[in-house]
Amino acid sequence: MLVSKTKRALTAIAGVALVLSATSAAADYALNLTPGVTPISHEAHTLHMLIMEVCAVIGLIVFGAMFISIIKHRKSRGVKPAQFHESTAVEIVWTIVPFLILVGMAIPATKALVAMEDTSDADLSIKVTGYQWRWGYDYVDDGVSFISTLATPKEEIYNQQPKGENYLLEVDHPLVVPVNKKVRLLITSNDVIHAWWVPKLGMKKDAIPGYINQMWFKIEKEGTYRGQCAELCGKDHGFMPIVVVAKNEADYQQWVADQKGVATADKEAAQRDWSKAELMARGEKVFTGTCAACHQASGEGIPGTFPALKGGAIATGPKADHLALVMHGKPGTAMASFAGQLSDTDLAAVVTYERNSWGNDTGDLVQPSEVKAAR
Amino acid sequence: MSTATTHDAHNEEHPSGLMRWVTTTNHKDIGTLYLLFALMMFIVGGAMAMIIRAELFEPGLQFVEPQFFNSMTTMHALVMIFGAVMPAFVGLANWLIPMMIGAPDMALPRMNNWSFWILPFAFAILLSTLFMEGGAPAGGWTMYPPLVLQTGNAFPFLIFSVHLMGISSIMGAINVIVTIVNMRAPGMTMMKMPLFVWTWLITAYLLIATMPVLAGAVTMLLTDRFFDTSFFNAAGGGDPVMFQHIFWFFGHPEVYILILPAFGIVSQIVPTFARKPLFGYSSMVYATASIAFLSFIVWAHHMFTVGMPLTGELFFMYATMLIAVPTGVKVFNWVSTMWRGAMTFETPMLFALGFVVMFTIGGFSGLMLAMAPVDFQYHDTYFVVAHFHYVLVTGAVFAIMGASYYWMPKWTGHMYDERLGKLHFWLSTISVNVLFFPQHFLGLAGMPRRIPDYSVQFAGFNEISSIGGFAFGLTQLLYVYIVFKTIKGGAKATDQVWEGAHGLEWTLPSPPPYHSFSTAPEVK
Amino acid sequence: MTHSAEQGKKRTLRQTLLIVLGMFGFVFALVPLYSVLCDVTGLNGKTRNQPERVVYTEPDLSRTITVEFLANVNESMPWDFHPAVTRMKVHPGQVRKTSFYARNLSSDTMVGQAVPSVAPGLAALHFRKTECFCFTEQRFAPGEWRDMPLVFMVDKDLPEDITTLTLAYTFFDKQILVD
Repeated sequence: MLVSKTKRALTAIAGVALVLSATSAAADYALNLTPGVTPISHEAHTLHMLIMEVCAVIGLIVFGAMFISIIKHRKSRGVKPAQFHESTAVEIVWTIVPFLILVGMAIPATKALVAMEDTSDADLSIKVTGYQWRWGYDYVDDGVSFISTLATPKEEIYNQQPKGENYLLEVDHPLVVPVNKKVRLLITSNDVIHAWWVPKLGMKKDAIPGYINQMWFKIEKEGTYRGQCAELCGKDHGFMPIVVVAKNEADYQQWVADQKGVATADKEAAQRDWSKAELMARGEKVFTGTCAACHQASGEGIPGTFPALKGGAIATGPKADHLALVMHGKPGTAMASFAGQLSDTDLAAVVTYERNSWGNDTGDLVQPSEVKAAR
Repeated sequence: MSTATTHDAHNEEHPSGLMRWVTTTNHKDIGTLYLLFALMMFIVGGAMAMIIRAELFEPGLQFVEPQFFNSMTTMHALVMIFGAVMPAFVGLANWLIPMMIGAPDMALPRMNNWSFWILPFAFAILLSTLFMEGGAPAGGWTMYPPLVLQTGNAFPFLIFSVHLMGISSIMGAINVIVTIVNMRAPGMTMMKMPLFVWTWLITAYLLIATMPVLAGAVTMLLTDRFFDTSFFNAAGGGDPVMFQHIFWFFGHPEVYILILPAFGIVSQIVPTFARKPLFGYSSMVYATASIAFLSFIVWAHHMFTVGMPLTGELFFMYATMLIAVPTGVKVFNWVSTMWRGAMTFETPMLFALGFVVMFTIGGFSGLMLAMAPVDFQYHDTYFVVAHFHYVLVTGAVFAIMGASYYWMPKWTGHMYDERLGKLHFWLSTISVNVLFFPQHFLGLAGMPRRIPDYSVQFAGFNEISSIGGFAFGLTQLLYVYIVFKTIKGGAKATDQVWEGAHGLEWTLPSPPPYHSFSTAPEVK
Repeated sequence: MTHSAEQGKKRTLRQTLLIVLGMFGFVFALVPLYSVLCDVTGLNGKTRNQPERVVYTEPDLSRTITVEFLANVNESMPWDFHPAVTRMKVHPGQVRKTSFYARNLSSDTMVGQAVPSVAPGLAALHFRKTECFCFTEQRFAPGEWRDMPLVFMVDKDLPEDITTLTLAYTFFDKQILVD
C-alpha cells in the first residue's frame, strides 16, 4: 500500500509545475502576524513588529560586515591576512550593547504580559472544555451550553468535493460573545491536553485535564473569528476548529434567549414519539459529528483501534446494552460516555441510526422517552 | 606516551570483514560506523519528512491518514535528533578528538564499541513500531501525557528504545570526558585545546546531566501506564504539567547538545579558510560555557501557554532573552575572524558561512519566541517549526556536512570532488530556504504545527515549502554520492590538506595510521 | 606513568558515573520537590488536599471576592455533577459553606476522585478548605446521588489584585486505576 502511495507522491512531484500554475492563483499568501481585534492582540502585534525591526537592523549590520569581508578580504584579490585575534574593548562593547537592547525590549514585553494576565473584573465567564476532537462551551451564568464540532463534510476533506471558503475552519455551533465586553474563558479538558487559540483574539491557552486555566479577551469589532486547536491531541488534532462570533449587545441577548428556547424546544420534542425517518435523519447528523471520527462514516471502524459497528456485536445485539454503552462509555478505552454530551433525542436518534444502517437491520427504534428512563 | 602500549596488543591484527566492524574498539572505525549510521538515519528521517511534505503539498487528505501523519512527525523528530544529528556528532568526536589532543585512541575503547552497537538495536525497535497494531507512536517526540498513554502496543517499545538511545549517548559522553580530561598530549593545556574539543567537552557534560533526566521521565510514563503509579495522573494526585517541566528540563539542554558541537566545527573551519587565527578564543570558550549554564534555567519557555503565574513567565522570559548575549558574542567573533582575512571558498567554508547566516536567522526567530506576550501567538505554530529547522538543519546539519567535507580528505586520503561539493552546497542552501522560510509566514498567518490538513488560506506557502522540501531531499542523494565517491577514490590528499589548517590532526598522514598518536606529540 | 594515567581515567569515569546516577535520582526527587514548589508558589493552581485548621478572625468586610464554582467530569464519566450555586460573594476571612451535587448515572457502582483546581493559580494558596468531598474518594451505588458539602475560607492575605477566583472540581473515574 505504501508503494502505491509513494508512486502517487512521485506523480505529484512530477506534476509540480502544472499544479503550481493551476492552484496558486486562488491561494492566499498572508505574510505577517494579524493585528487582531482585541487590545491583547494589538499589543502582541506591536511587540512583534518591534522585535522584528530590531532583529532586522542587527542582521543588516552583522551580515553587512560579513559580506563586505567576503567581497573585499578574499585571497583571490591578493590580500595578506591580518593576524589580530583579540580585543578586550571590542568584546566588552558587543556584550554590553546587546544586553542593553534586550533590556529595552524586555520593558514593553513585561508591561504587555502583565496586562494579558489580568483577568479581573470580567463581564462574562465561559467554561471551555476540550474533547477529542471537539470543543464544549458552558456559559457559567446563562446556563447555555453546547458542543462545537467541525462542520466541513468528509467529502471536502477527501477531495471528492471542491473545498469551501472556510474549509476546516467552520463549526456547527460557534461560540457567540458580545463585543466590547471583557470575556473570561475558563479552560479545561476532558481527556488529553488541547489548546484554545484564535489568532485574531491574540491569546492561546492550554486545556489540561483536571486543571483550570484562564484567559480573557475584549473584542472591539463585530464579526466572525476563526482558530484551531494548537496542541497535538491525537488523530483529529487538525480537525477541531474554533469559531467565535462577536455580536452587539442586543443581538447577543437575543441569541442567548434563542438558545434557551432551543433547549426548551428540545425538551418538548423529547416528550413525543419520533418516527423512524425522523430518528434516522437526526441520527445520521449526530453520528457524522460525534461518532464518525473513530467508527468512520462507513461504520467499519479502524481495525485494531476502533471497533466496527457494521455487523458489530453491540450494534446488532440487545438494544438496552447498546444504549447503555453509548450513554456510559467503556472505561479504559477510547469510548467515552455521551450521556452528558448529547440530549435524550440525540442519543435515541444515534442509537437508532447505528442499529439500522450499513446493513444492520435490527429494525429497532429507540425513543427519547426510553433514553430518559435509562438515565 | 606509554598509554599507547595498553592497546598495542591488538594493534595490528584486527579481524577483517564484518567482524572487524562488530568487534572493533578503534576510535576511527567506531567514528566511521557512527557517521554512516547517522547518514542512514538521515535518509530514513528524510523519507518521513518527504511523506509529511507530500501530504501538506495541498489542502485535503491525499496520501496518508491523520494518525499515520502524526506517527510521521513523531518518528521524524526522534530519528533525526537521536539517530542522525547526535550520532553524527559522536562520530566526529570519535574520529577527531584523539587526533586533535594527541592521543592514540579514545580512553574507553570497549565502552566505545558498546555505545555504538546499542544504537542499531534502539532504532530497530523504534522503527519496528511502524508495523505494529495501533501504529507507531503518534503523540509527538515530546511524549506529553495523557496523549502518549493512548499509544497502542508501540508504547513500551517507544520507552525502551528511548532508554537505549539514552544509555548510548551517556556512554559516548563519558568516553569523551574521560578522554579529554586524561589523554591530552604534554603541553596541550585546556586553553590550548581546539574549540571543537572544548564544545564537545561541554556538550558531554550536558549529556550526562540531562539524559538521565529523560530516562527518569519516560520511566515514570512507563510505570504510570503499567504499574498504577500516578506521577502524571491528576486523579492520583499527579500532574501532567509536571511531565512537561521535567521533559523540558532535559529538552532545553538537549537543544544545545545539538548545536554546541556545531559551534565548535564552525570555529575550526572559519579560521582555516580566512587564514587568520580565531578571534576571541577565550571568549568563545566562556560563551559556550555560559550558554550551557543558561540552558538549565530556561526550560519553561517551551510552556508559556500552560498557565504559569506571572512571575514564572517573567523569569523564564528574561533568562531566555539573556542567552542571546553569549550567542551573539559567538557570531560577532566568527565575523571578526573573517574580517581582513584572506578568504577562499572551498565547500567546507561555504557550509560554515551558510551556517553563520542561517543559524543567525534561527537565532533571531528564537529571540522573538522568547518574548512571552508574543509567544502566545507564535507557540505551536509553523513559526516554531521554521525556527527550529533553521537552527537544526541549516545550523547543526550544515555544520556536520561542512565538517565532513573539511575532514574527509584527512579520513580517507582522498580529496572530494570540489565541483560537486559546491553544487551540493548551493542546491541545499537554495532549497532549504525555499523549504523553511515560507513556514515563518505560515506560522504568523496562524497555521498550527502537527496538522495533516489545513485551510485553503495556507495553500500557497505550503506548496512552495513542499517543493523546496522535495528539492532539498533529492539534493541529499547527491551528498550520499559524493561521500561514497570520496571513500572509493579521488585525488590524493596531502597531510596538511588545507593551506591555512592548524592543529595536530593535520600533522598526521592522510589517511592517518590505525592508532593516531602512538607517541604523544609535544605541544608548545 | 601508565599507572597514574589509568588511575586518572578511572577517577574521571567514577565522577561521571556519579553525575549520571545523581541526575537519575534527582528526577525522582523532582516529584516531591515539584509539589513543594507548587505549594509555595501556586504554580499549578492546586489547593491542599487535606482539611486545614482555620482560626476564627474578624472578616475583612472592606473587600468582596467573587468565588465561582465549576464542575467537570473527566473522560465523559457517566455522572451528573454540578455546583449548587455557580457563584458566591465572600469577604476574606469569612467561613462559608456550599455544596456540589453528584449522581452516578451508570448501572455500576463507581468510585470517583474529585480534583480541585483554582484559577488564578496564585489564589490557590489562599483558598482554605476545612471540609471537602475531594479529600477522599467518593463511592456511588448505581443511580445514587448526594449533595456533598464544601466549607471554605478565602484568606485575608489574598493579593489585592485578585477580585474573582474560580474553583473547579473534576471527577476522575478511579475504577480505571483500580482495575
